[in-house]
Amino acid sequence: MTAAAADPVPAKNGPTVRTTGVAKRIDVADLNIYYGAFLAVKDVTMRIQPNKVTALIGSSGCGKSTFLRSLNRMHELIPGASVEGSVLLDGRDIYSPSMDPVSVRRQIGMVFQSPNPFPTMSVYDNTAAGLKLNSKRMKRDQMDAIVEKALRGAHLWDEVKDRLDKPGSGLSGGQQQRLCIARATAVEPDVLLMDEPCSALDPIATLAIEDLIEELKQKFTIVIVTHNMQQAARASDITGFFNIGQSGDPGILIELDETDKIFSNPAHKETEDYVSGRFG
Amino acid sequence: MKQTSPTASVPGEPAKPGTHGVGDRIFSGLAIGSGVFILALLAGVAIFLLIEAWPAITASSDEIPGGDGLVSYIAPLAFGTVLAATLAIILAVPMAVAVALFISHFAPRRVADTLSYLVDLLAAIPSIIYGLWGIAVLGPALVPLTEWLADNLGFIPFFEGPASTTGRTMLVAGVVLAVMILPIVSAVAREVFTQTPRGLQESALALGATRWEMIRMVVLPFGKSAVVAGSMLGLGRALGETMAVTIILSVSGGVTFNLISSDNPSTIAANIALDFPESSGLDINVLIASGLVLFAITLAVNMLARAVIERQKLDES
Amino acid sequence: MNPDPLIPFPEVGEADNLPESGPTDNRIPTWGPWVVVAGTAAVLGGLLALTAFNLALLIFGTVIISIFGIYLWARLIEGRRQAFDRAVTLGVTSLFALAMIPLVSLLYTVVSKGLSRIDAEFFTSSMRNVIGEGGGILHAAIGTFIITGLATLASVPVGIMAAVYLHEYGKGKLKRALTFFVDVMTGIPSIVAGLFAFALFAIFFGPGIRMGVMGSVALCVLMIPIVVRSTEEMLRIVPDGLREASYALGVSKWRTVAKVVLPTAMAGIVTGVMLAVARIIGETAPLLITTGAFSSVNLNPFSGRMDNLPVFTYNQYKNPGVPPEPYIDRAWAAALVLIAIVMVLFLVARFISRRYGTELRR
Repeated sequence: MTAAAADPVPAKNGPTVRTTGVAKRIDVADLNIYYGAFLAVKDVTMRIQPNKVTALIGSSGCGKSTFLRSLNRMHELIPGASVEGSVLLDGRDIYSPSMDPVSVRRQIGMVFQSPNPFPTMSVYDNTAAGLKLNSKRMKRDQMDAIVEKALRGAHLWDEVKDRLDKPGSGLSGGQQQRLCIARATAVEPDVLLMDEPCSALDPIATLAIEDLIEELKQKFTIVIVTHNMQQAARASDITGFFNIGQSGDPGILIELDETDKIFSNPAHKETEDYVSGRFG
Repeated sequence: MKQTSPTASVPGEPAKPGTHGVGDRIFSGLAIGSGVFILALLAGVAIFLLIEAWPAITASSDEIPGGDGLVSYIAPLAFGTVLAATLAIILAVPMAVAVALFISHFAPRRVADTLSYLVDLLAAIPSIIYGLWGIAVLGPALVPLTEWLADNLGFIPFFEGPASTTGRTMLVAGVVLAVMILPIVSAVAREVFTQTPRGLQESALALGATRWEMIRMVVLPFGKSAVVAGSMLGLGRALGETMAVTIILSVSGGVTFNLISSDNPSTIAANIALDFPESSGLDINVLIASGLVLFAITLAVNMLARAVIERQKLDES
Repeated sequence: MNPDPLIPFPEVGEADNLPESGPTDNRIPTWGPWVVVAGTAAVLGGLLALTAFNLALLIFGTVIISIFGIYLWARLIEGRRQAFDRAVTLGVTSLFALAMIPLVSLLYTVVSKGLSRIDAEFFTSSMRNVIGEGGGILHAAIGTFIITGLATLASVPVGIMAAVYLHEYGKGKLKRALTFFVDVMTGIPSIVAGLFAFALFAIFFGPGIRMGVMGSVALCVLMIPIVVRSTEEMLRIVPDGLREASYALGVSKWRTVAKVVLPTAMAGIVTGVMLAVARIIGETAPLLITTGAFSSVNLNPFSGRMDNLPVFTYNQYKNPGVPPEPYIDRAWAAALVLIAIVMVLFLVARFISRRYGTELRR
């Protein structure tokens, strides 16, 4: 019934939702990412630490979102797109031929730029979507417990507990995004990828999400792409800076280090230019 | 090592854990199968018509009704078909453009939706009911007009007369066909008119153009090829329309441009509907052969219309 | 855009075109055009009443004289360009109204002529052993229900899955070929679809064959491309973000399509199917040559002739007995029933797309 041996949701044993614990690390080696014949991101090697927030910054078009999408095999959904190199999740290559991209995405969840709750589903069903869409058989009270846990974890429970059966699209933008985070965490992934999760939100909703991210790293490894350098400085432990030479060239990872170091004393001139606002 | 995976879990990937691989394969198989089935169906239409038309194509000419062979049997019908459809398109296109413009640019926003719904309804009324209406209402109503035309403009071949007293004329058939294809033409035109870039329209208005000047300078040039394409789709429909013509037209079979007399050429479709239920033997094969000709004509017109639409899409992008 | 001067700006000598003291001056009031039309109609109607009244002449005369009237009035106080604009506005509006006359006239005719036979007997009896008055459409209504129902049952899954292929899976030659030929198929004349169904069955059963299911096959040829087109249109407006969100939850492609994409587009798909049914339910020509006419109820689409509403309407009108009146009355009443069915399908489709289809349009 379950798709992979490593499936993180022990459906039969009740809601054993982790509160803290060691999430998984990702090791990327010599990763080249293509759109057709076009090399979009070149030769990235990096380690993404477990239970830390890793922020990816860089100017538009530098390939940071493309890189993020290659970490859970979303990139290959684009016709003609391909990847070479290796991405190891706790030592297992997610691109190995025996690895099923669908089960990879169950272990590495994703939150998108604009909130995208399923319009045909209620708040409850949206939260449980990952389980329901995969036709997990589950007792109602187990499901209820998972939904409540996920919504509490996303700081949304108190706001929506009285309207769980209302459409998810009826919430405000910030609430919708937190609903999407609850939806992604309800399937208990090891890693959570966030692609500019606050760019469609107002400043107050943005702060709420940042607080949430700080808390979520207790349970998950988090990678966040952001345009907003203050956000990277506030919310992340480690920051990676991507850049491109000129348009048409592939994006490359310039520098990856502790966030404090990147913003106070970066090793590369390009990074310093970027974080100090002189460039990009 | 380079992996190319254009879609998630494409069929053919190595065996993997879970059950969704099978589900994916069944589902995409059903989708592809449906597509292939449709192509086969269309091919089947052409093939089966050809098989059943074959005896008529190979028959000697004196076996064909009329005794002069298949070509001279079908030619007057093809003439009538083209005449009725041409008349319809001439009447329908200006009206359809006006209707499309009215809905897209003149009518108040609140009612535009309802109005386009009414026009769509016009397209959904069964053709047999148009036929009944044409013979019961429109035909008699146009008799005074056709008599006037015969008396005063009789020197023009179209209005030679003598005017039919029942209204079962080519003119009435043409008008009814025009009403039937108007929604088709106007739907295509309306779609493009409403898609005219707002920026262009607003800049014309900001320069002080009146609404009509803006439409003439911006909207009409933008929608020109849509009107052409829509007209051809309408033409295709008019060529193949059966029941309205079957009921309205009083047929004698000759080739004439006279639009208002009671001696009219029939159309391919109406001829099939009239004769088929009472036919047997080779006559059925002859009717199917004429249907094959109609199929070919409408196919050509429709493909031309699609080519025009495609070219416009290319121009826009 | 053409290089000609965009706007014919007023010439120096046309100072009267320019407002003198402010943009609100020198305008025909909003009720102006209405007054012109009403006034013209009243005067012309009076004149015609004195001589020989003719409704058509009144309408056309009113339109043409009012267009000139509003032009002249606006020419005097608003200038040449505004005057032309007003004339065009009135002209386009009149043409639209003219285009609506057939709809109104047709509905009025069918209702007024059809109502006389709308009674209990009409809906509860067939034409079995009926000569002259009486009789009803029971057998034809059942036939239409069976024939259209079979066609819908076959066309909807094929059409929806083909649209899923085109929008979710399709690539390369097959996709292009299918897109093109579905477009071509929408233009097949209905009589040709009928001939195809006849030819298909005649090859196996001989030329005398008439069955309800033959009509369904013919209607399928007409219905499938409509369903494919409208479904594809609906799949297109489902945002890609929803598909990505589903994939990112570790949901496989077919479950994503079946449980996220299709449900999101469902209201639009149902609307499209209802409109497609409305389009084919009145098709006469293909059924005339495939199902034949029959005066009794036949519940088996695979055996023998099966009457249906469009063919019933045609035969009652075209081949009346003596006296013809009962036959003609039945034809109009059956036409009224057909129109009512089409209208109900249209209204329900509109209701569904309004009520349930709003999430995507925002």
